[in-house]
Amino acid sequence: MSAPIELPRWADLALVPAISVAAAFVVAGLVVIGIGENPLTVTRILVTGSLGSADAIGFTLYYATNFIFTGLAVAVAFHAGLFNIGGEGQATLAGVGVSLACLNLPFLPAPLLIPAGILAGAAFGAVWAMIPGWLQATRGSHVVITTIMFNFIAATLIVYLLVNVIGRPGSMSPETSEFPVNAHIPTIRAVLGAFGIDQPSTPLNLSLLLALAAAFGVWLLIYRSRLGYAIRTVGAAPGAALYAGISPGRIVVVAMTISGALAGGLAVNELMGAQHRMVLGFTAGYGFVGIAVALMGRSHPAGIVLAALLFGALYQGGAELAFETPTITRDMVVVIGGVLILFAGALEGLFRRFVARSLAFAGRRVKEA
Amino acid sequence: MTPAIELAGIDKSFGAVHANRSVDLAVMPGSIHGIVGENGAGKSTLMSILYGFYEADAGEIRIGGKPVSIRSPADAIGHGIGMVHQHFMLVEPLTVLENVMLGAEGGALLKGGAGKARAELTRLSEAYGLAIDPDAVVGDLSVGLQQRVEILKALYRGAEILILDEPTAVLTPPEADALFALLAQLKAQGRTVIFITHKLREIMAITDRVSVMRRGEMVATLPTADTSPPALAELMVGRRVLLRVEKAPRAPGPPVLEAVGLDVVDAHGVKRLSDVSLTVHAGEIVGIAGVAGNGQSELLEVLAGLVQPSRGAIKVGGDLLPPHRRHPARLRELGLLHVPEDRLRMGLVPSFPAFESAALGFTGDPAFARKAPLGALFDRDAMVGHARALMDGFDVRPPDPWLRSSKFSGGNQQKLVLAREIERRPKVLLVGQPTRGVDIGAIEFIHRRLIALRDAGVGILLVSVELDEIMGLSDRILAMCGGRITGERRADATDAQDLGLLMGGVSEAA
Amino acid sequence: MDLQSLAVILDSALRLSVPLLCACLAGLWSEKSGVVDIGLEGKMLIAAFAAATGAHASGSALIGLMAGIGASVAFSLVHGFASISQRGNQIVSGVAINMLAAGLSAIVGNAWYGQGGRSPALEGQARFNDITLWGTETIAAVPVFGPLFREVVSGHALPAYLAFAAVPLTWFVLARTRFGLRLRAVGEKPAAVDTAGISVPLLRYAAVTICGVLCGIGGAYLAVAQAAAFLPNMTAGKGFIALAALIFAKWRAWPALGACLLFGLLDAGAIRLQGASLPVIGTVPVQAIQALPYVLTVILLAGFIGRAVPPAASGIPYVKER
Repeated sequence: MSAPIELPRWADLALVPAISVAAAFVVAGLVVIGIGENPLTVTRILVTGSLGSADAIGFTLYYATNFIFTGLAVAVAFHAGLFNIGGEGQATLAGVGVSLACLNLPFLPAPLLIPAGILAGAAFGAVWAMIPGWLQATRGSHVVITTIMFNFIAATLIVYLLVNVIGRPGSMSPETSEFPVNAHIPTIRAVLGAFGIDQPSTPLNLSLLLALAAAFGVWLLIYRSRLGYAIRTVGAAPGAALYAGISPGRIVVVAMTISGALAGGLAVNELMGAQHRMVLGFTAGYGFVGIAVALMGRSHPAGIVLAALLFGALYQGGAELAFETPTITRDMVVVIGGVLILFAGALEGLFRRFVARSLAFAGRRVKEA
Repeated sequence: MTPAIELAGIDKSFGAVHANRSVDLAVMPGSIHGIVGENGAGKSTLMSILYGFYEADAGEIRIGGKPVSIRSPADAIGHGIGMVHQHFMLVEPLTVLENVMLGAEGGALLKGGAGKARAELTRLSEAYGLAIDPDAVVGDLSVGLQQRVEILKALYRGAEILILDEPTAVLTPPEADALFALLAQLKAQGRTVIFITHKLREIMAITDRVSVMRRGEMVATLPTADTSPPALAELMVGRRVLLRVEKAPRAPGPPVLEAVGLDVVDAHGVKRLSDVSLTVHAGEIVGIAGVAGNGQSELLEVLAGLVQPSRGAIKVGGDLLPPHRRHPARLRELGLLHVPEDRLRMGLVPSFPAFESAALGFTGDPAFARKAPLGALFDRDAMVGHARALMDGFDVRPPDPWLRSSKFSGGNQQKLVLAREIERRPKVLLVGQPTRGVDIGAIEFIHRRLIALRDAGVGILLVSVELDEIMGLSDRILAMCGGRITGERRADATDAQDLGLLMGGVSEAA
Repeated sequence: MDLQSLAVILDSALRLSVPLLCACLAGLWSEKSGVVDIGLEGKMLIAAFAAATGAHASGSALIGLMAGIGASVAFSLVHGFASISQRGNQIVSGVAINMLAAGLSAIVGNAWYGQGGRSPALEGQARFNDITLWGTETIAAVPVFGPLFREVVSGHALPAYLAFAAVPLTWFVLARTRFGLRLRAVGEKPAAVDTAGISVPLLRYAAVTICGVLCGIGGAYLAVAQAAAFLPNMTAGKGFIALAALIFAKWRAWPALGACLLFGLLDAGAIRLQGASLPVIGTVPVQAIQALPYVLTVILLAGFIGRAVPPAASGIPYVKER
């Protein structure tokens, strides 16, 4: 690896991501112009569509919840120097766990059934990530390739399960029966309604609080705990980890397990919070966008929450956009995500060098003046 | 006679490191020219410039009297220069023939060139007695045979000037003798050989002239016949301004660290330590003298539990350690602490704030944990306070526990690592290169702290490539060469020349 | 099973293996040079889109093929720039390529054609028609072999034959030419190539360009030969199965053909076996067969059966040592 480019902390945390975002929007703007739309109009629709009403904000936060979970999942693995591309598959398996718990324990009251569903989801997601971690630690097979393969294995496994095992009897569509009402995570609307505050109906539910709690938990874990210290040491300086007596193999397995459990949060929000049944393809690419979220958020939970809000807004605004301008679809978010991953990830050096040079130049100008 | 190669005023810096300072060198055709120097003297950089791997910042290269521009290995090869690198430039899954042909294929299709190459390879192997199977896969060959392939590669490209960088480091003595015979043969044919080494015996045995480098400068070039190993050793290490470190006479206690017959084999199957035995007593400093790469690093690693020996036994505080206790964390519990050679890779985590690096290896300390239900979390105030205390005690500047570890100067990083280990009250301390890349003021400070630690009854094993440091601090000195201990001296009964000979592999008897 | 159904299965296996083969060989070229490419899927997808668009606009399948190759090579060069010149993370870049391709093809397709991302159906000259190989009718009279030749070997579109021709070509270039030797060397030990006076970046750019061309052929086959239109996400993971096939073939050309045919056969078989009951095993869930390539790859990578070792330098940017 080439020498890291040292930047002041504020530039590292704010300026570089901001420039990446700006560059990504320029590229997206060019695409918009390329298909013959006015980027300003598009921007207006995006902004009002995502933030312009209580309704829009509700949807934005609902999508952001998914991105917080998947972004955190990628970030925890990143801290250990691992690239978990398997968020989709882990969330899919988590969906199985959620469904099994919700459908098989309908007799439990909500305060027990909901945590049971969450735990089952986290456990299933964790196991699906732990296996690739274990294979890397003990057999040397690279986690990147294994998690990709596990995404596809999960995708075929889920079709089988939905059709033959946990699917709704007699149904032709690959989905489970509806979860019992006591497995539904209350919507924010219902909660606020109890206090007499009226809110429009959106899928936004208390999973958002779970996601924020997870972000706080990840922050505690990574920056405040012994385990997090060990994870960061393995990722940042494997030699120092060995010196300190930390076993990299164990940390790889643990970090992947936590990562998979976090990816499971996607299933909680989607299935227990919104759709109230397991459906095929509910992961809808959130796992991949999570990579962009983690890169944008510099793998810090606070940055991830902000990046997730940005992507949530894009996702919701994109839906409005698709509605108002039929030429543009929500896939715009995927493009922006892709460009962001390219700029903030693979071409990071280019941007950092640019920022470093500009700062040095500005510094000289200030001195001269 | 016109020199085959002349380097004039070669200058090269890597960032703040001035690797070559206005170096001049003239190598006569048809001769074997040795270049000696300690590690970091700038030998390899100079040769990499000659081979076009780096470009010099200033200076001129003349071949056969004519100034030439060598900006890439292709240029160097074009001028008849071949190089055998210390780390072989061979593609392991390819065959010998393919490796030899790489870059000199003789046509777009291999078929055309392969026949010729095979014939030429056979001719070369026969002419020089370098038997080799052209179809063998290089990765399956022994290290000695791989080196043979490297030499054949250079000869195949028609090298008139052959550079060998530490060629004997990986060879067994019989293999080395065979290499010397080959070099003599090449010389007899009028080819020019540049031979880089730190082993004085080899210089004396085969070179015609020898150049000595020290700290990036060329300090002397002499006919080998007019010099001697002691004279070369002195040139190499410089005239020592004897490092005066005030210290009380030693009062060694019982043995605290004992190693018996340690062997270490690396991942490539090369033996890095052979039959190393040593004892460190309480209240003494045992110094390991040697040119870098002669097994000192492996010795530190095996004693610190970072690698496992293939043979031998280790005792700490008189207890024989079974393998499962030869683990860094277990050894720390026994009071064996370690200041590693490579601060930035091992001693601290460059991206961590200083207070986190100050806890490396000791995160399990209950003083760093919060109260009972939150025991898994750090008490950051305690960690920061601990780091601040270390920084005050060892004068780490700036005394900012929140500053990123990578932002401190080398000396301050080292003081932080030393502070972390010393303040844990070790029984045995392993210290690797305590003053590498450290400014003068900090060196003195570090030396005083190590002496104080010894006077407090700690047993210290000191590894350093700085001979001054070894001689100034140690009570006893062991010299290492080629993974073996070549001799032991009391510090007050030896000098640089004597040690230089031992480090150069000239054995006790000589 | 009678000859006819055997022929049908083999024929469909062959058709299904074409895009796998293209992407697999593409990955082989890239990884042999030391550039890891998990963006095969994206490149094939953007190529499929460009090929359908080009063929639709020009009315010529050949121009569609060129457009597909062009788009795929452009994406390859982006990956090359990030991986070779900028020494960025090759996995991250590959993920970005996949997302960009998925998003761009869907958006632009929808904007242009307004059919939810589908391109208009390609007809006539805008589509690659099946080619009847010379001599097919003569051989047809030969029992067993003749009909099999007609049904299985003959009657594929041009890109399919290009893909199969790429196998011996890849083998030959890698094993028997100067370029191939250098390429094999640069993926294993770039420093050895550098010290031999050969440019490491140039070799790697050449390799990723070839990778782009092959992905382009694969994508064009999907849209302009197999489906006769572009459909959103029509690669459906084929780029990743190709990656699995590459590992399975241990980065060698002929075994790559074998692995792709095997995976194609599994796919064809899965479609046929839907609901069918096999002797001994009983009913095999079709998903189990679909998952087989991935499961086998994981087992292989873990070293439980044999060992799949990638080129030593793949994934590692080349930096001269200090």
